[in-house]
Amino acid sequence: MADGFYKDKRKQLLIGFLIGVAFGFLLDRGGATDFNIIVNQLLLKDFTVLKIIFSAIITGMIGVHLITKYLSPELQPKPCMWKPIIIGGLIFGVGFAVLGLCPGTASGAMGTGAVHAVIGVIGMLVGAGMFASVYPYLMEFMEKSNLGKVTLPELLGINKWIIIIIISVILIGVMYFIERIGL
Amino acid sequence: MNPLTDELWSPYIVGVGIGVLVWLGFLLSNKAIGCSTAYARTFGMLEKAVRGKKVEEKSYYKKFVPEIDWEWMLVLGIVVGAFLSSIISGSFRVEMVPLVWEETIGSSYIIRFVGALIGGILLGFGARMAGGCTSGHGISGTIQLALSSWLAFIFFFIGGILTAFLLYGGF
Repeated sequence: MADGFYKDKRKQLLIGFLIGVAFGFLLDRGGATDFNIIVNQLLLKDFTVLKIIFSAIITGMIGVHLITKYLSPELQPKPCMWKPIIIGGLIFGVGFAVLGLCPGTASGAMGTGAVHAVIGVIGMLVGAGMFASVYPYLMEFMEKSNLGKVTLPELLGINKWIIIIIISVILIGVMYFIERIGL
Repeated sequence: MNPLTDELWSPYIVGVGIGVLVWLGFLLSNKAIGCSTAYARTFGMLEKAVRGKKVEEKSYYKKFVPEIDWEWMLVLGIVVGAFLSSIISGSFRVEMVPLVWEETIGSSYIIRFVGALIGGILLGFGARMAGGCTSGHGISGTIQLALSSWLAFIFFFIGGILTAFLLYGGF
């Protein structure tokens, strides 16, 4: 795809919006805009959310690595600042359980009529803004544990297709087990 | 059976569909799907409206400029897409207190709103500290085999599962 197309701001914003519409539609049909389904996943009673994420990971992994190998888009792994990822990840996890939704699914839930999700979205705006305010004080701490934009194939020194196969087999195995025990 | 009006689809079909959307994000826009930067940018825009241009000087807003970008439009699209889906399937309804919350914590919508606000603040802060959310790290990042994203994904769920058992597990 031509570089010019990626730089056409109006078209790109429209594409972003349309992909979002499809994403929101799918999240709702998957049940992921429902507090109960997400909380029951965290309580390990209902594995809908994990089934959605695992199928998306397998599908996405194969396609995205083919696309970036043969076409112009490039992989954009996020830098691994392991300390803020662990601390921020745990803080996120607590919020995930309390709100019962995450940033994407909460905006979806808002669209399905969940008033409490609107409050959650306001909270997320405030939380993100609070982070922006304290960021100057955390920057040094965060950067100190930065391992760079490392990927699993680089870390392990194994061909990425072998890793993709191993991860796919493990995720399919977990989903098969979950189905077998009736969850 | 009409899939358009079925309230729920197979999670596997939904997951494959989301995986395909990640392909499209890369192909059509050279972008990885994510949601949480849109929140930081929106807060920045609001802050700018109140406090003026100097807000742009904040180091975080130099990294994430407070403006409407691709990801922002994506999040807006999610609201619209979920709205359309719930209208078409007939599942749209005003929900003040979700069922599991009501059964474990209570039916007061004020307490639920306070909880949602606190949960939201933790999500917004944690996502920006970790550098992404369930979409940006959990789906797009894991797909790219990024170490950062697999680590984040695991800790999102460790924090989530422990908190959910404490809050709703009936202890």
